Amino acid sequence: MTELKTDTITVNMGPQHPSTHGVFRLILTLDGETVIDVEPVVGYLHRNHEKIGELNNWIQNTPFTDRLDYISPMSNEFAYVLAVEKLAEIEPPERARYIRIIMVELNRIVNHMIVVGFLLNELGCFFTPMFYCIRWRELVMDLYEMTAGSRMMPNYFWIGGVAADLPPRFLPECKELVAALPGFIDELERLITDSEIVQMRCKNVGVLPPDVAVAYGCTGPLLRASGVPYDIRRAEPYSIYDRFDFDVVVGTVGDVYDRYLVRIEEMRQSVRIVEQALRDLPEGETATPKKRKFMPPEGDVYHRIEAPKGELGFYLVSDGSEQPYRYKIRAPSFVNLQALPYMCKGYKIADVVVNIGSIDITMGEVDR
Amino acid sequence: MELVQRLLEFVDQIFVNLSFWASTQLANFLPEWAVTFLMMFATVLVLVFFGLGSIIWINVFERKVIGRFQDRYGPNRFGPFGLLQCVADMIKLLTKEDITPTKADRLIYNLAAVVPIIPTFLILAVIPFGRGMVAADLNVGFLYIVAVGSLGTIGIFMASWGSRNKYALISGLRTVAQMISYEIPMVLSVVGVLLLVGSLSMVSIVDAQAQWRLPFVVLQPLAFVIYFTAAVAEVNRAPFDLPEGESEIVAGYHIEYSGIKFAMFLLAEYINAFSVCAIAATIFLGGWQGPILPSWAWFFLKTYFLYVVLIWLRGTLPRVRIDQLLEFAWKTLVPLALANLMITALVAKLVPHNSLVGAVAFLAMNVVVIVGIAVVKYPRWRKERRQVVLVPRSASSEASGP
Repeated sequence: MTELKTDTITVNMGPQHPSTHGVFRLILTLDGETVIDVEPVVGYLHRNHEKIGELNNWIQNTPFTDRLDYISPMSNEFAYVLAVEKLAEIEPPERARYIRIIMVELNRIVNHMIVVGFLLNELGCFFTPMFYCIRWRELVMDLYEMTAGSRMMPNYFWIGGVAADLPPRFLPECKELVAALPGFIDELERLITDSEIVQMRCKNVGVLPPDVAVAYGCTGPLLRASGVPYDIRRAEPYSIYDRFDFDVVVGTVGDVYDRYLVRIEEMRQSVRIVEQALRDLPEGETATPKKRKFMPPEGDVYHRIEAPKGELGFYLVSDGSEQPYRYKIRAPSFVNLQALPYMCKGYKIADVVVNIGSIDITMGEVDR
Repeated sequence: MELVQRLLEFVDQIFVNLSFWASTQLANFLPEWAVTFLMMFATVLVLVFFGLGSIIWINVFERKVIGRFQDRYGPNRFGPFGLLQCVADMIKLLTKEDITPTKADRLIYNLAAVVPIIPTFLILAVIPFGRGMVAADLNVGFLYIVAVGSLGTIGIFMASWGSRNKYALISGLRTVAQMISYEIPMVLSVVGVLLLVGSLSMVSIVDAQAQWRLPFVVLQPLAFVIYFTAAVAEVNRAPFDLPEGESEIVAGYHIEYSGIKFAMFLLAEYINAFSVCAIAATIFLGGWQGPILPSWAWFFLKTYFLYVVLIWLRGTLPRVRIDQLLEFAWKTLVPLALANLMITALVAKLVPHNSLVGAVAFLAMNVVVIVGIAVVKYPRWRKERRQVVLVPRSASSEASGP
């Protein structure tokens, strides 16, 4: 019997594809169902974010950062505002700091819920876990709306504080939500974690060994799932993270299943942090006196935070004028995405979309 | 009391009597061959319209139920409770532009939209919808179902090949692999039942369950589970909807189809899903047998119960991967079905038929097998549970690097 002659095919996945989280394109080389090469193509959502950032003044850039990773706007603002404050040496009031932590950690919960929902979507469980997660995301969004006035693009963090104090309804509703969240996370776990098919699909898929993850510069849950206990909140505590008790969640194998487990557990840890912040929330001012014209001194600064997706850094250069001279973003989605070809090679087509889902990218942040 | 019984009998046999009345009326002024021919034609027409009509309602039903599983209402805008949603969808699909890709193989591409729908209607012919309500009581009923059912694969493969799209091609290859693999456990699981019945006719299968005074799901629970799993795969429904796989290969074989041709695929899929439920209800759940309610009502109740299970699976389970799918068929379902067949053959020789003793023996044998599987699988499942490591970061302790 002679051997059959086989050939590879090239499939262009995206930029319009239901599972590429926006306009992300992958050029796949396939041998039957097996992926032998992946070439990611980014840039379809490029909108000149960093250049426009140089034309805006310092204050205008705060709402502009919301458009980066639109799933977690509060974290983007947090990183930018902290960088500017570091540059201008402004100390925000205590109450504002606690409010910021509450907002950012709620944001992490929302982000991880969306990720878990979309991951299951990509596994083929079409929209059921997604809707369960969205329902809880809405409750957090309601809190955003009552404080900031907007759900998706809050523009709540100001240089030197927050835009407004918490409304009276916020605290009871937030406490209620935080008390109910662990129950929902357990419920979600009952649906997903022990599911035979989820385990079949996720275990030992897209394995990223710790050394490779570090070499690619991956951060966030992706790196922690590979077994590296690196969390900027712990490694280099910024703002007031040194005042809270929480656990850094670390995976053991570094596959899709570990990334899922890490995110689930991180939601629980975020709930813990929010609980502590609500407990310790002091009274007082929420912002330093605002200036009409904000002009930080000359100099440059890099500040990074642990955003839900990984290390989010802002490199800002000031020439003493109203606008930043340079406005550069180190976006976690973009850096983490580099590991995708490594994770996909040798697996099946179906695993490619699962890997994308487990990396957790937002194209708004990848392309900027 | 007698009146009630007569009324029930009347409602039960209403369709049978109707057809009998029609044929006697026709016999007054037509020769016998013409009456036979016309009655067959009428039956076919009824079945086709039933198939097409039930889509209108199955579609809305499925979307409503899946909506409830997903914590939302489902369609509720058009008509009372959104019941006319399907009409709106049909109008939309019919008025859409009919696109043929320039590089597609025109003949195969266009033909493929019609081919999958034919076997789905053919299957309806041998299903007993009620007492005496079967279009054709073939003595090779189940064999016919298997033979006709596998024709659908050809249509899907034609569609995927003809539309000249890489996603469609991948989907077509998946379909062929999947359908061929899952037909084997599906048939093997039913052979156990056929062994007890001694006939392939669907009507005899229902009658045999009346003689046992038990539905075969009690005698053959394992076979029922295998059959239903394989049937779900056979009709490409979640969690075995790989040929479609929205999140991977977008829509698979019907990616290039639009308008009415797309509707044809959808139609075939829904009727297929309905007919596997109907077959499962007939073979394992006692078909139209049941107290008080008319026989056809029982049949539809059982069928729709199974259909809700299908929707439930779709709402809950993620999709398996192609290699896991084939592995599951060949390494789990086929050996299980074979084992079930062997033990059934053995027990069927040893115990008396149509008796409680026999039923208990069959049930016991199934329980032994199922418990055996659980005993083997559970420790491994426990062992494979995975947990994350928590590295504490307490407020008092010093910050430390990675």
